[in-house]
Amino acid sequence: MIEIEGITKRYDETTVVDNVSMVIEPRTIATIVGTSGSGKTTLLRMINRLVEPTSGVIKLDGADNRSLPGYQLRRSIGYAIQGHGLFPHRTVAQNIATVPLLLGWDRDRIKARVDELMTLYQLDPQAYGPRYPHELSGGQQQRVGVARALAAEPNVLLMDEPFGALDPIIRTKAQEDLLAIQKRFGTTIILVTHDMEEAVHLGDKIAVMDAGKLVQYAKPAEILARPASGFVETLVGASERPFRLLSLGHVRDAVEPGGAEGEAIPGDATQRDALAELLWSGRPALPVKGADGRLIGRVTVEGLVKRAARPQ
Amino acid sequence: MTLRFDKLGVVIAVIVAYAAFFASFATFRANRIVPGQARPILEALPPTLGMLLLTIVIVCGIVALLKTPLILRLAASVAALVALTILIGVAGGFLTPAGNTFARIAPASGFWLLIFAFTLLLADVLTRLNLSPWSRVGVLVLAALAIAALLVSGSWDSLSILKEYASRADSFWAEASKHVTLALGSLAGAMIVGIPLGILCHRVEKLRAAVLNVLNIIQTIPSIALFGLLIAPLGWVSVHVPGAAAIGVRGIGTAPAFVALFLYSLLPVVANTVVGLAGVPRAANDAARGMGMTDRQRLFDVEFPLAFPVILTGIRIVLVQNIGLATIAALIGGGGFGVFVFQGVGQTAMDLVLLGALPTVALAFAAAIILDAVIEMTATMRRVGTA
Ligand SMILES: Nc1ncnc2c1ncn2[C@@H]1O[C@H](COP(=O)(O)OP(=O)(O)OP(=O)(O)O)[C@@H](O)[C@H]1O
Ligand SMILES: [Mg+2]
Repeated sequence: MIEIEGITKRYDETTVVDNVSMVIEPRTIATIVGTSGSGKTTLLRMINRLVEPTSGVIKLDGADNRSLPGYQLRRSIGYAIQGHGLFPHRTVAQNIATVPLLLGWDRDRIKARVDELMTLYQLDPQAYGPRYPHELSGGQQQRVGVARALAAEPNVLLMDEPFGALDPIIRTKAQEDLLAIQKRFGTTIILVTHDMEEAVHLGDKIAVMDAGKLVQYAKPAEILARPASGFVETLVGASERPFRLLSLGHVRDAVEPGGAEGEAIPGDATQRDALAELLWSGRPALPVKGADGRLIGRVTVEGLVKRAARPQ
Repeated sequence: MTLRFDKLGVVIAVIVAYAAFFASFATFRANRIVPGQARPILEALPPTLGMLLLTIVIVCGIVALLKTPLILRLAASVAALVALTILIGVAGGFLTPAGNTFARIAPASGFWLLIFAFTLLLADVLTRLNLSPWSRVGVLVLAALAIAALLVSGSWDSLSILKEYASRADSFWAEASKHVTLALGSLAGAMIVGIPLGILCHRVEKLRAAVLNVLNIIQTIPSIALFGLLIAPLGWVSVHVPGAAAIGVRGIGTAPAFVALFLYSLLPVVANTVVGLAGVPRAANDAARGMGMTDRQRLFDVEFPLAFPVILTGIRIVLVQNIGLATIAALIGGGGFGVFVFQGVGQTAMDLVLLGALPTVALAFAAAIILDAVIEMTATMRRVGTA
């Protein structure tokens, strides 16, 4: 669990992060969205103390993050920096091995871990391990950057626009990989992005930042349904295209197993209608009936929102 | 068929034509200090060899002049250089009257021009071949071996430089080792002091401008003046610091020469260290901190290796510069090849000047080639690839 309590960062007179408080539950993903310069990176870097806050406290699993020397703290937190920040003079394998080496793992364990991560990211350890970063494509570099952040099996992973440089197809793939890894290792992840769709797709909760302030911190459905300010609405609006896509899909294609309270919605209604009905009535799920009137399952807010962010 | 000319080849051909027909190949002097008489190729060599050399030089000149395949140009330049270096020795023997130990035969302007022209051709070919760093060092070693073979075989023994050498073989090697010790020792000193100083300047911004300014000023002091400035303080140290005199610290001699070279070396080393560290990609530094490296680990594992090629460039500058500057050390009794240069100037014995100058030039040249190769090898390995 990460507890951010009244964190403020000032450079001279300008307040870059302004009294931000939020709690990230263990084994969940929090995404931070906001325009360029809104303080996302700064907030992230105060968690691993690359930036020292002007005031406020950050606790990791209950312990103040200042109770360890900075470098030791950072060895226990995965960090994928904006860009990829690979060491140009070190091979891919050496890059990934950075933190395990600092932690003094033995050689066999490091090698096993590097091979495991490279395989996970579909980079053949034999072929790519000895290469230098400049011999990789942009997408491969970014994957290595994420693999390096994951190397020492951190409980907490900070990611600063990790998929920024990827084309849409590879980006989707990278996001799915991240979700799979997060499920498998139960990592707590804070991921910065300026892409609302990505925030919705990946985040258990979304933090929206504007000019250093945390304007809203809530579940994706909540943010979409009840934007806390005009700014959040604009951000959501910017990603309205996928919601329009919902109006092209039928409810029966979004059915999940299970039942729900209330009147059933017909399977050939549009998904957009179903979402509107759900948000308007404030219910988490609706039963769905087939053409013959029998119940065939339910649709949920979560399910529809995810679909909106990632049309199938 | 139309003939096409090579641009550099035109220059080479002009030099070759002038050197072969209008300049003298060797100089004959009755003894080592009287003015000499010029001998063109055909008079400096037995008739058949003279014709042979002329033919070789002309054919190779034509190969250079026209647009010809690289491999042919390579063969031509090597053939011409080999012929010239062997036949100048033959000319020495041919021109020296039997039993005369005072006569001096020296290569003359035509010979030097021909050597220059064909070295230019060879250098051009090697550049165009785009040799790997290792092959360039290999070519250097081959050339050194060839020269060594000529020296050992005695085929140059009748030339004036080698006569000068023969009469002072012992002191030649003593001065050579002093020269190399001075150049390398001051470089080592500059690295030991300069690299940490550069790191400090990189970390402490306030220090940077001050240190670099002082070193810049030192750089502009002429060497003779610097020696003069050092005489008093070093003399004082020699007298007042126990043990200083015992290790050779005196107002004149090796000590001030060493200190002066060291001071001159500091600027390139410090400046290149600062520039190299400043050029380390921000993202790499950031990642290093983010991964949990301590400042020291970041310095040694990330910053220093990434700055290394630039620092090495500074070291190359210093080494080549010091090999040249060490010649001046002789002025204040510091030894080195400069001893022969200044003795030669004093006695107006050109051969003696060359005995000091040629090895100095060869050393500097070899150092430049070797360090360039090393720099290229480290740089390609560490090519910056951050997005
Ligand atoms: N070391 C610093 N000194 C002064 N100002 C800084 C410093 N670091 C960041 N800032 C300022 O703080 C503000 C927030 O920066 P930050 O990097 O957190 O933005 P961001 O939300 O991550 O933006 P982006 O999406 O472009 O990465 C910016 O206006 C930036 O100029
Ligand atoms: Mg940022």
